[in-house]
Amino acid sequence: MELVKPGLGLIFWMTITFSIVLYILSKFAWKPILNAIREREDSINNALNAAEEARIQMSALKADNEKLLNQARVERDQMLKEANEIKESIIAQAKKSADEEGRKIIAKASETIEAAKLNAMNQLKTQVAVLSVDLAEKVLRKKMEDRAQQEAFVNENLKSISLN
Amino acid sequence: MQANNKKITRYLIPAFLIIFYVAYASFKVLGQEHGHDSTSNVSQTSNQHTDEKGIHASHENLPANEESHAKEEKIDAGKIIMEHIGDAYDWHIATIGHSHVSIPLPVILKDNNGVKIFLSSKFQHGHAVYQGYKLEKGKIVAVNADGSINTQAQFFDISITKNVASLLMSVILLCWLMLSVARQYKTNKGRAPKGIANVIEQLVLFVRDEVARPSIGPKYAKFLPYLLTIFFFIFINNLFGLIPFFPGGANVTGNIAITMVLAIFTFVITTYNGNKSYWGHILLPPGVPKALWVLLIPIEIIGMFNKPIVLMIRLFANITAGHIIILGFFSLIFIFGAMNQYLGYGVSVVSVAFTVFMNFIELLVAFLQAYVFTLLSALYFGTAVEEHHTKEHH
Repeated sequence: MELVKPGLGLIFWMTITFSIVLYILSKFAWKPILNAIREREDSINNALNAAEEARIQMSALKADNEKLLNQARVERDQMLKEANEIKESIIAQAKKSADEEGRKIIAKASETIEAAKLNAMNQLKTQVAVLSVDLAEKVLRKKMEDRAQQEAFVNENLKSISLN
Repeated sequence: MQANNKKITRYLIPAFLIIFYVAYASFKVLGQEHGHDSTSNVSQTSNQHTDEKGIHASHENLPANEESHAKEEKIDAGKIIMEHIGDAYDWHIATIGHSHVSIPLPVILKDNNGVKIFLSSKFQHGHAVYQGYKLEKGKIVAVNADGSINTQAQFFDISITKNVASLLMSVILLCWLMLSVARQYKTNKGRAPKGIANVIEQLVLFVRDEVARPSIGPKYAKFLPYLLTIFFFIFINNLFGLIPFFPGGANVTGNIAITMVLAIFTFVITTYNGNKSYWGHILLPPGVPKALWVLLIPIEIIGMFNKPIVLMIRLFANITAGHIIILGFFSLIFIFGAMNQYLGYGVSVVSVAFTVFMNFIELLVAFLQAYVFTLLSALYFGTAVEEHHTKEHH
């Protein structure tokens, strides 16, 4: 069989050619190509890792932010609550003092009124007394117009006054 | 897609039956031709058809055109096919009428008188004796002064044959391609590959990530340049073999000398890199009783040599078979053309259709065989450098 008999010349040339090709390609083609591919893969990996790191940092920052926000919210709530309490207490106090004041004013007023009333009463009494005296004078004057009656009256009164 | 496939298969089966019938019939016809004296008759009719067929064939493929020459005497498909898949001292391009268009290649002979270098055209296709040598059935033989063949003569034939020339061309293309790709990586550092580098990178990554790394393990980097070289070498030569005319047309990877050298390289690298556990596995098979060593050690040693032999034969047989099938389809055209002109035309349609189909399969095979050769080499390297820690592996 001619087909399965390897030719010497072909073996010779193939060995030489293939060795040279193997050397040239290994040194000048595969080395730079594989190095370049590896470098690129490394740089892509690095970039991906960096991105991942950045993402983690970002999420940490976000968590921090969230925490700060929550804290702020809690603080705000507390402040609101405190303010509310203060407001309540102020209102309550104000109410209390207003009540007291009112009561005081009312008490004072009623005192004044009482005093005024008393005063008025006294004045009235005086007035009434004056009026009564006046009236009595007038009546007396009318009654004592004649001398005789005056004398009689004085006498009568004198009689009633016991000089003891 | 599914429906389409079904459609194709529906036509494939009857077409195959026709081809087989045709092949069977032609075998009988040829057999008759051998037996009878009717050869001259047949050759006369075929001579009349030659020109028409030459034109006809040129529409399809060039090898077909070449075959019209052989048919003039008698159609011997086997001989035509063997001529095409074998080696030659000139690069046959076409036959127009009775004149051959071929590129003469340098013949280099080393004998006791020194080295002789001359063009193969000096032999005038076997018709002339030059410097004591002549072409006999496509081989160079030494002749005596009286013109008889001298079988005792000692000489080395290291001519640049068709396969060597094709090998050199494909290798130059391969080197140019890879070096230009490598240059692109230098100028375009750290960027995405462009153009041809993109294609090459995919294949390089395929060999690295799918072949070398899983087969060899952590020490893969050392073998990667060799694996890449054989992968692209086999792939590019397989593809060159599929081109029917000048730059291709040779059957480089379907030549046993080529596959033998490749297999020897793999064998040498495997053997050279074999570590303690590799040799221990062969010479002191673990996990078996010592009595069986008598049996196992020879088997292991045979297995060691068997691996490269299998590599050699697989690539050679696959590529050669593909070439034979395609050439067989074309031969059918001329076998039938010799019987009847119109039958030849009819068969040509079927033959071309099948050759197109086969060419697609051959494209797949071109890649597949390059892959298989690389993968098996990688597996052998893997066994050579693998560290066995337990005795469970064997």
